[in-house]
Amino acid sequence: MKNRIRVLRAEKNLTQGDLADAVGVSRQTINAIEKEKFDPSLPTAFRIAKLFGLPIEAVFQYDMTGD
Amino acid sequence: MKNKDIRRRNLVRLAVWTFSWVGIKAFLVFGHESLWGGLAWVTSLMLLLDVVIGLGMVVAYRRLLMNLDELEKKIQLESMGLTLGLTLVVGLAYSAMDITNLIPWDAEIGFLMQFMAVCYMVCIFINTRRYC
Repeated sequence: MKNRIRVLRAEKNLTQGDLADAVGVSRQTINAIEKEKFDPSLPTAFRIAKLFGLPIEAVFQYDMTGD
Repeated sequence: MKNKDIRRRNLVRLAVWTFSWVGIKAFLVFGHESLWGGLAWVTSLMLLLDVVIGLGMVVAYRRLLMNLDELEKKIQLESMGLTLGLTLVVGLAYSAMDITNLIPWDAEIGFLMQFMAVCYMVCIFINTRRYC
């Protein structure tokens, strides 16, 4: 799954640690999501999208080529 | 209390329970011969204490796991699954080596514990590196 977290985080001037604290996960988890090594659960994805004030599909895009 | 602090508190609790468990186990084995001269009721009492502290350690570990986030839980699950599977396969093979006299010594459970510990640590290390 692709995502725009790194860009959105930079726009809001947030560190990975800030985002991790706000979402309630570890910094390593945010790093793994950003690098697209790990797909977050729906609740976490919704929390991240809500934090950026965007709908979930504006933050995460399903990668059809991965099928 | 912040999630990070809860996690640290759970980790400290687990460490205390684990060291207590290892300590009581060593005390039990050493004391049986050297301190209370093999008195069965003292040994039974210490054994009961050993089991109670062991259960406390399991509860503390469960509490630690419940508080982890989804990626950390995934890493733990994969590592525990691999450790369990490998221990089963290697443990039974080791036992078969003893039964068929391929090894001149007895297959002790201590070997299995050491194997599990090393396997679990290696799996945690590899899985952590894989996702970070």
